[in-house]
Amino acid sequence: MISKNYLNIVLSLIVIYFSSMLNLFALEVTLTQGSVKPTPVAVTDFYSNKDEVLKIGKNISQVISDNLERSGLFSPLNKKSFIQDISSLSNQPRFEDWKIIKAQHLISGNVTKSENRIAVEFRLYDVFAQKQLLGKRFETSENNWRRVSHIISDIIFERITGEGGYFDTRVVYVAETGTKENRQKRLAIMDQDQANHKFLTDGSYLVLTPRFSPNSQKITYMSYVNTKAPRVFIFDIETGKQEIVGDFPGMTFAPRFSPDGKKIIMSYSDPEIGNSEIYILDLETRSKKRITNSTAIDVSASFSPDAKKIVFNSDRTGRRHLYVADSNGKNIKRISREGGSYYTPVWSPRGDMIAFTKQEGGQFYIGVMDTDGSNERMIAKAYHVEGPTWAPNGRYLMYFKEERTAEDGSGGDSNLYSIDLTGYNERKIITPLGGSDPAWSPLMH
Amino acid sequence: MLKKFLFSIFIIIFISACATTPKDSADSSGSGSSTDSIGTLTETSGSGIISGSQEDLIVNVGDRVFFGYDSFDLDADAQELLQDQAAWMKQHSDVSVIIEGHCDERGTREYNLALGEKRAQAVKNYLISLGVSSSRVSTISYGKERPAVIGSNDGAWSQNRRSVTTVN
Repeated sequence: MISKNYLNIVLSLIVIYFSSMLNLFALEVTLTQGSVKPTPVAVTDFYSNKDEVLKIGKNISQVISDNLERSGLFSPLNKKSFIQDISSLSNQPRFEDWKIIKAQHLISGNVTKSENRIAVEFRLYDVFAQKQLLGKRFETSENNWRRVSHIISDIIFERITGEGGYFDTRVVYVAETGTKENRQKRLAIMDQDQANHKFLTDGSYLVLTPRFSPNSQKITYMSYVNTKAPRVFIFDIETGKQEIVGDFPGMTFAPRFSPDGKKIIMSYSDPEIGNSEIYILDLETRSKKRITNSTAIDVSASFSPDAKKIVFNSDRTGRRHLYVADSNGKNIKRISREGGSYYTPVWSPRGDMIAFTKQEGGQFYIGVMDTDGSNERMIAKAYHVEGPTWAPNGRYLMYFKEERTAEDGSGGDSNLYSIDLTGYNERKIITPLGGSDPAWSPLMH
Repeated sequence: MLKKFLFSIFIIIFISACATTPKDSADSSGSGSSTDSIGTLTETSGSGIISGSQEDLIVNVGDRVFFGYDSFDLDADAQELLQDQAAWMKQHSDVSVIIEGHCDERGTREYNLALGEKRAQAVKNYLISLGVSSSRVSTISYGKERPAVIGSNDGAWSQNRRSVTTVN
């Protein structure tokens, strides 16, 4: 179970602006331009005159540096090349020292500690313009140092790229072990940088397709905890309590929260109908409303961020395609246009795109398209890739990749990957076991 | 090749069925001791198979039918086997069954859950059309979660696109 401490990080933060963001520069980096050359940055250890606190400062710096590096947009410089020491830097940067090593940006900071609380202060400089872009100070309990590091990373990322941050987020996924015919699956949660990994279920029953609530406090997923009746559940991360979402006769699956968190859109196979249709369940009244009505499979529904539209997967024309409809099920329109089979559409949190899984010619792809189906492009390809989930800034995706299985049972491993929208910078997410069905949380702050 | 494959599966299932029979017999007799279970064995048929059991269904009827890619249609072979299952269910009127629907790995998790459910429903509806009471037949989908055969090839996939009738 997740510690209360970690969850309730309503960071009682005192935020002080050292310098307001007066100069809004033109964006130094944009994510939409194909391949981007990473910007060299100097991320220095956060300074303290006490050795014990200096260690915290080093850790904070490392988390920020790793975040920026993983984004693919920044190339943190080797600390050994730094000329100015952090003690003197804490007074005033000597920009020439940072220019020589070609750092475009300089990130410095310091940490002070009293009892169990720390104050973390950071500054971001534009080295060539020789000016401070921003600076902030946070006060929190010492064991929140990682959260603070992620929040600082987000502020820096936003300031330099003009895009939203995505570092102060978590990932829920399904941890996998064992052979394919009897694979054990457990819900697991971790920070986006794989720290603070925890298992949420014990693996004694199958769990599939977890997704966060908008406030990241709950997870909706499908569970075979009742071995004869797989159903959609809600898991409360803080209490560990699990609750069935409407105990109807027949299987419920493929759930996602509505943008306000008050509803769940899911598929339900009513035994009276004998086919999977999309329903919206009101979590307050527990009433369900049928959205689709066809003899075909309707599955994998996702709301648009304004909740006015849904996108879903259906084989109503024989092939598996993606359809957009009003959230009451009216005005259904097919949006996928090309060959192959389309699955698992997910609306971007920015509202501008839909990510999906595609199967064509014996391969699987992760792709994106505009919400009207135009500008389709593939960004990842393998024997099997599936289930994209968006980072909250709508510029990165996570998904899982499963290898082929040999007849002797070897292979078949499943792992999580992240990639940016350009299709560059694919990264394997290191997890203790195998992984599938990732879901990226909204920003925690 | 397919036949050989099926045959080897059959052997494996049969062996494991035999291996579990004494335990099942002990359970049904309400006794946990090993000497009793040997005693109850003699009360079953010569093969050690309890009439109306899962083993009986597997050995004397067949517990599964196979489907084409992305299909839930019952072909002639499937219908023939299900006719035998329906007759078997009429013979064992106290038995209820769960129909499991399964898929191969070449689809997404969610779509395959829906497809597996359609396969199970197709089997259920066919059994009902043959006179089996609907109250005796329930369904469950495992999508692509529980393949019967390991391997990323056509042979494995065709074995995994299946329904399995299990005695409840």
